[in-house]
This record gives sequence, C-alpha cells and structure tokens, in this order.
Amino acid sequence: MEIMPFILILIFIIATLVGYKLISNVPSLLHTPLMSGMNALSGLAVLGALTATAMAMNTGSRILGGLAVILAMINVVGGFGVTNRMLSMFHSKKQEGDEA
Amino acid sequence: MILYYVLCAILVLGILFGISMMSRVETAVKGNRLSAICSAAAILITMFYYHILTDWLLWICIAIGLVIGLIWAYRIKMIQMPQVVALFNGLGGAASALVAIIVFYSGLSVGGFSRATAALALVIGVVTLVGSLIAGGKLHGILAQRPVVWTAHQAITIGSLVVSLILIVMLIAIPDMQTVLIIFCTLFSILFAIAFAIRVGGADMPITISLLNSFSGVAGSIAGMAVNDILLVAVGGVVGASGLLLTQIMCRAMNRSIRDILLGKTSVSASSQSGTDSAVAATETTSAEVTGTAKETADAAEEAASADDPVEILRAAKDVIIIPGYGMALAQAQELVKRLADRLEENGGRVRFAIHPVAGRMPGHMNVLLAEVDVPYEQLYEMEQINDDFATCDAVVIIGANDVVNPAARSAEGTPIYGMPVLNAEQAAHVIICNYDLKPGYAGVDNPLYSRKEGVSLLLGDAAETLASLLEKLQ
Repeated sequence: MEIMPFILILIFIIATLVGYKLISNVPSLLHTPLMSGMNALSGLAVLGALTATAMAMNTGSRILGGLAVILAMINVVGGFGVTNRMLSMFHSKKQEGDEA
Repeated sequence: MILYYVLCAILVLGILFGISMMSRVETAVKGNRLSAICSAAAILITMFYYHILTDWLLWICIAIGLVIGLIWAYRIKMIQMPQVVALFNGLGGAASALVAIIVFYSGLSVGGFSRATAALALVIGVVTLVGSLIAGGKLHGILAQRPVVWTAHQAITIGSLVVSLILIVMLIAIPDMQTVLIIFCTLFSILFAIAFAIRVGGADMPITISLLNSFSGVAGSIAGMAVNDILLVAVGGVVGASGLLLTQIMCRAMNRSIRDILLGKTSVSASSQSGTDSAVAATETTSAEVTGTAKETADAAEEAASADDPVEILRAAKDVIIIPGYGMALAQAQELVKRLADRLEENGGRVRFAIHPVAGRMPGHMNVLLAEVDVPYEQLYEMEQINDDFATCDAVVIIGANDVVNPAARSAEGTPIYGMPVLNAEQAAHVIICNYDLKPGYAGVDNPLYSRKEGVSLLLGDAAETLASLLEKLQ
C-alpha cells in the first residue's frame, strides 16, 4: 500500500523531534557509544534494500540490491557489536569491587 | 496490514526506549541490546510483510553482511574506533544510495515524490559514503591528517553542491535521461564530499564525524520515503536528529557554526597565516619524528621549570585533576595515566579526570580510552561539572591536550579559539604539562601556560615515556 507522502514526512519530523529530545539526555561520557549505536541504526537502510531488491525487475538491480543488503548488514551488525564492546568497558568503582 | 503498522510502531518505540536507556551507564548495555533486537525483528517483519522470506539471494547477502560485521566488530582494536565508526557510517550511506538507484530502475518510481526522495537519498548517501571514507582514511593515517586546501576550495565546494542540487531537480523532472543524470549526480556528490571532507583535519574531526553520522540517518530516512518504509523513515529521523545534536554540542564546544564547517571553514583556515604551519605540524608530528629544535626547547624549558619539581608536587597533592587530550591517544599512554592515577590515590590523593567535549577525534573519545583501562566512570567529569574546582585543586596534570586548556581562548580576540569554552587549568596551584612539544595546538594559538614562570612544570616528549619516568620517580 502506498503511504501518503504527507504522512511519511510527518513521521520523519516527529521522529526527529522525539529523537532530539531523547538524545539530549545522554551525557557526554557516553557520546561515542551513542554515536556508534545511532550508526548501527542508520544501517536499517537494510529494510529498504531488502524490499527494493526483492522487487527489482532486472539482474543489475538485484546485484546492486544484494550489495546494498550486505553493506547495510555490516553497518547494523558491526555498529551494534562495537557499541556493545565499548559499553561493556564502562565500570564503576562498586562493580569492580563486586567482581573482585 | 494493520498488524504490520502496529508492529512497526512497537518496534520504533522499542528502539526509542533502547536509546533512552543509553543515557545512563547502568542501563546502556541493555539499551543497546534492546535496539539490536528490535532491529533484527524489524528485518524479519519487513521480509514477512513483503512476502520475501523465500528470496534466497536476500538471505545469502544478510549472512555475508552478518559475518563480516561480526568479525570487524570484535577484531578491531579500541584505538581504531574513530575510523571504524566512520567506516560503518559510510557503509550505511552507501546502502541508502544504492536503494535510491534501484528505485529509479524498479518501476516503483512512478510518482514524483518517490523520484524526488530517491534523488535526495542518492546525493546524501553518496556524500555520507565518500565523506566518511575520507574522514576514516585521515583517522587511519592513509590520507594526510592535516587539512588539505585546494585553490578556489570554497568555490569548488559550493559549486559542486549547487550542481548536485540542480541535477536532483533534473532527475525528478526528466525521467528519460535518468541514467546520465544519475551518473553526473553521483560524480558531483562525490566531488562535494571530497571538497568538504579533505580540508577537515585534527581537532575539527569530532564535528565532521557527528555531522556524517547525522547524514547517514537522513539518507536512510529519505530512502525509506522513496521505498515507502515507515520504520526506516522513523529510525532514520531519530539518527539524523542525534547526529545533529552531537554536531551542535561539538560546534558549541569549539565555538563555531555548523554552516562554517559545511562550507569548509575549519579552525585552521581561520587562523593567522604565521601560526598555521606550525600548528599543523604540531598536531601531526608523531613520536618518531622528534626534531632537534623541539628537543632544545624542551631542555631549556625543563631548566626554567625545575624550580617546581613535579614529583614533589604530586607526592604532596591531595586533589589532582588530570586533563587528557589527543596526545594521550597518539602516545597510547592511557594505561600509564591510569597507573599515575592509582599511584596518586595510594598516596591518599583524590584524582579526577576533566574531559573537554572535543578532546580527541570523536565525541566522547577520551571516555572510551579511559574506560578501556578501567578508570571508573565516576572519575570522569564533564567540563561544566569540574571547571570551578580547578582553583581549589592542588595540581593539574595535562596529558597531550593544548587548545582545550588554552587560556588565550578567553583573551586573544580574533584568534580561532577566541570564545571557545576551555578547561580552567591555569587556575590551579600547579600545572604539570606532559605535552610533546611547545608548539601551539591545532588552532595555532600560542598557549600562555607554556611561558608562565611559576606553577607550571613542562615535561616535554612522548607522553608515554614522560609518564613512565614520572611514575618511576614517584615510587
């Protein structure tokens, strides 16, 4: 089903405002993980790549689409992966005590 | 049908909730996992909704991307993080650009709205890809890290952007010529991205990285509009907003405007001619290239400063603030910094770290480096939290930071750092500077701290070596 352009733009604007509000609460301590987490989410272009590839009408488009899926998946998986690695490094004094 | 939209809404909320959990260290790991799970679910739901679960090509591509992503994510070293973040970012942009191209050839692009959004997504996606690759190349040392300025750079930047925009309009209006137009549109976007990214260097990198992060989200969101995928539109919007917010924070921390950065006015180009060259050299010199003159100045400076023995000062200090900068990352000295902090604490001192928002090469760079060597995050303070405490602390140890502690930012009108918020290191009773040399920082403005006669100890040279000998003496 075609969604009206108006609604798509509206969703974009709302998402932008909500995102802006949410992210302004993140302390600068976590800016790098935040950025790489956001980075991972931008790889959700894979959704567009999947549908576009499946509906592609010629081989050329399918190859391009497959490439897009691969690149976007690297972005998603790699992004969440490095974010997880970074976040697991942040320790507080108390936690250190518990582990010891 | 309705179920699909409900599920999409739930997933978006899940991702948003995951992001809000990222605002506290205690919940951040879970927040990231929640976002990841929602993303995986989004992929499956999208494939189910479009009845493409049986398309083998898609699964093969997903598997390839998954494996490469996992390998990269867990193989890379923490020190490579800035360039890796840049690279991943570029890949997302590339994917959006490719989706845009497919839209033009799939027959999906009947409507003007689809064509317009696809054209925009193409340009922004290409700019994200090429810009990120150049930024990553600079961070990785493949490309020259210093800002490269062409003749008529500004004209090329603005010109290529304007031509790209005109091509977008033509691409929307003249479907018959789309192949030629797509090629030219891509070429001019590439030119713009190169012109924009190549003249960014050193200290302007955090701004550029956050801006590109924002672009990748916007590219994804607009590509989502082109293929009618509301999930992608929403998530891309959130990413775009987050990147924009980070860019604003970085810009504020450096006292420059987003427009200046986009049009290529970096902090160096704004500086006076005389300071520029040495500034560039100072930022880019690596430990291997110790020049004779730097050594001589170092010796002279050490003699001058020998009145305040840094070892004695640190031994007696009960309240120490450490200021790390990019020099710490260059010298890989974070482990030694942690040992110094431990030693000072064993002496009964209180140790805190003051982190300037733009210290390093990406937002939050110093925090990650220090977290890696197990500095508890309670010890990491933001500029606003700690800036009033410098006046009362016993000693400040500066490790590879310059512009972010330069008091000239308050007084030297007309210099690129004038008005930039800086850490009040000069208010401390004693300042111990472990910098590589006496050259001005990236911005090319002389640091008055270097020439101050009292209360300043200069320990010049590679930060790792300096710290090692300092630790030995503190034994």
